[in-house]
Amino acid sequence: MFDLSSWLDLPLIWGFIIATAVFLYVLLDGFDLGCGILFPFAPTDSCRNKIMNSIAPFWDGNETWLVLGGGGLFAAFPVAYAILMPAFYLPVIFMLAGLILRGVAFEFRFKTSGKDRRIWDISFHAGSLTATFMQGVILGNFVQGVEVSNRSFAGGPLDWANGFAFVTGVSLVFGYALIGATWLIWKCDDETQIWAKRVANYVFVFVAGAMGIVSLCMPFIDDKISAFWFTTPNIFYLLPFPVLTCIAFLWLWKSLHSDNDVQPFILTIFIFLMGYAGIGISLYPWLVPFSFTVWDAAAASTSQSLLLVGTVMFLPLILAYTAYSYYVFRGKTHDKSLY
Amino acid sequence: MIDLDAVLLARIQFAFTISFHIIFPAFTIGLASWLAVVEGLFLKTGNKIYEDIYKMWVKIFAVCFGMGVVSGVVMSYQFGTNWSVFSDKVGNVIGPLLGYEVLTAFFLEASFLGIMLFGWDKVSRKMHFVSTVIVAVGTLISAFWILAANSWMQTPQGYDILDNGLLVPTDWIEIIFNPSFPYRFMHMVTAAYLTTAFSVGGVAAYYLWRKKHVEHARIMFAMAMLMAVFVAPLQLMIGHAHGENTMEYQPIKVAAMEGNWNRGGNKPLYLFGMPDQEEEKTEYGITIPNGASLILTGSRDGEIPGLRDVPAEDRPPVAIVFWSFRVMVAMGMAMIFTGVMAIFLFWRKSLYSFKPFLLWCMAMLPSGFIAVLAGWFVTEIGRQPFTAYGIIRTTESVSPIVAEQVMLSLGLFIIIYTVIFGAAVYYILRLVRKGPLISQRADTYYSHSTEVVGKIAAEDAEGKKDV
Repeated sequence: MFDLSSWLDLPLIWGFIIATAVFLYVLLDGFDLGCGILFPFAPTDSCRNKIMNSIAPFWDGNETWLVLGGGGLFAAFPVAYAILMPAFYLPVIFMLAGLILRGVAFEFRFKTSGKDRRIWDISFHAGSLTATFMQGVILGNFVQGVEVSNRSFAGGPLDWANGFAFVTGVSLVFGYALIGATWLIWKCDDETQIWAKRVANYVFVFVAGAMGIVSLCMPFIDDKISAFWFTTPNIFYLLPFPVLTCIAFLWLWKSLHSDNDVQPFILTIFIFLMGYAGIGISLYPWLVPFSFTVWDAAAASTSQSLLLVGTVMFLPLILAYTAYSYYVFRGKTHDKSLY
Repeated sequence: MIDLDAVLLARIQFAFTISFHIIFPAFTIGLASWLAVVEGLFLKTGNKIYEDIYKMWVKIFAVCFGMGVVSGVVMSYQFGTNWSVFSDKVGNVIGPLLGYEVLTAFFLEASFLGIMLFGWDKVSRKMHFVSTVIVAVGTLISAFWILAANSWMQTPQGYDILDNGLLVPTDWIEIIFNPSFPYRFMHMVTAAYLTTAFSVGGVAAYYLWRKKHVEHARIMFAMAMLMAVFVAPLQLMIGHAHGENTMEYQPIKVAAMEGNWNRGGNKPLYLFGMPDQEEEKTEYGITIPNGASLILTGSRDGEIPGLRDVPAEDRPPVAIVFWSFRVMVAMGMAMIFTGVMAIFLFWRKSLYSFKPFLLWCMAMLPSGFIAVLAGWFVTEIGRQPFTAYGIIRTTESVSPIVAEQVMLSLGLFIIIYTVIFGAAVYYILRLVRKGPLISQRADTYYSHSTEVVGKIAAEDAEGKKDV
């Protein structure tokens, strides 16, 4: 049967594909969840409409990356999926509940006004906030590892509720708020843009602080991680990560005080990339830290081969028409154009 | 070791979330195809009425599609949260099928949906039409993969079982085109088309009844009735073929559908009956003698499988399968009757005006949804007590989770789904009451959603700029 494993290191490739899909999810749904987090703080209803309109054509596509992350994990690493989902049962359910509440708010909100609309405004905000916080909690638990025995989760139902996970949850809320604010700086003008800049400035401080705290905590989670970062010659190869991140933060600060609309968003993406890559290389090659590597958890090579062909064929196509959809709705979001 | 409460709760929770989910794809698969036809007709004829119809229904489509998306994201995680052991064992086989669904369908639908809903004057008319067609094709591709995966769970083949209990694929063509797949795919897509047809027909009947939007309503009604005339009988034939296929590969499911306990010939068709799982018989039967044998085998003394063919622990819950099957068939028959009546009234030139028939069509509006849900109950509960038929039992599939977790999530989903379902129905009814004429205002950026409600129009009049 069709099998590519003699030519390619399939588990490694799949680990990379899943990590990339999740990263694209974090970026793309990150900015629209961020918009939901900032939503109630917008100065006027007109601002809120602009926020909503700026993401309405995209949120569905953005969320599909989460489905690819989940579906891809199921297909390429079934045992990892089978361990992590029960391990994070309640956070996953709460995240999904949040995503439902915010997802339906788009269509329902368009169809209402006045007091009815307030209900969906709240649903949009609370849903976005819950989903983001829970994603942060899942991340915080993921890096700490889960208890496994005999290919199954062996921990308790509330293992996920711990201090570090709370910190990562809050951190992600600020992170998404930042990328949401910089998205709005790009896609909006006038009072919405001015407000978004002010918010970005404010959130910036928290993001920088949170990223610092999480980065400092990471090496204490597992000896392997601290050994990885703090031994020569690794420390020299890895030094660019913190250095580039610091430069990006400084540049972002400067950029937020300039007239450049798109630069803050790009720089925030870069900061996200650095943070994500930092976590990624710290955990490599664990897929279920610290019990299954990507090779231990890999599906049958024939399964990974089949789906790899589809991914190579369709992923470029997906990226192309996603880009096309962003191109169609390019430019500033105008409240006027609602009419 | 196995917590039976957790298994039962996990089943109830999964059944609830997936039943809720299937309502929306069942509608949007058909609606997307129909909207593509309507927009095509508009492009070809330039008749504004088609544009009005499109713009009215695309709003309803948006609500339903959104509901389908949010409840669908849940499904992609529920395999792992509720059935992790199953996921681990069969992930090699059905994982890639679901992966292909995401890659070939979900992104396609999601990206072009944005253009379909919000791009009316952002792209050319042709490109907009292309977007609608792409979304419609996307829904069908999605149905292809998910039904391939589901059918494999019903009639698995093309795999090996390793010593550690994991399944590995041996032949992808056998896995995807497993014996029940072609029948299930045809049956479900046709069901989705009929669901849409009867929804559109019901709304059109309401307009004709109230003598509102008559021009639009006649077109909608005629199209719906054409589906009832041609597709409803076709569905009966597909369903029959599906049944024969099930008798070959899942005979116990057929035995449950027929309420038949002992294998043999000259078996009656139960119109009514009370299957009793404990006593192993079907009581209070109102039957057509030899009916089941005749329908399933073509001859009156044809042999029909019986539930006693297998030990009691290998039988599905009989009563719910038996009754769901009868509900589904009743809906199908009512649909065929609608088609026959439509031909008769068309011949009498009173199709659009015979009030009892309009009332009947309004009552038939939910028939497709009921039939789809009942049909899925038959096939999914009929597969019990296995998740992958004959390979893995449901009790061996469940995640290592405690009952309280599942109870909490079930409660949460019940609350949220009830609220959003209520809201969706409320807003859809409002859109229906508003009717198709609203789109005759100038086309605008977010027109699909902003022009909808009377209140907004009132605010316009008051000069508020705040939408």
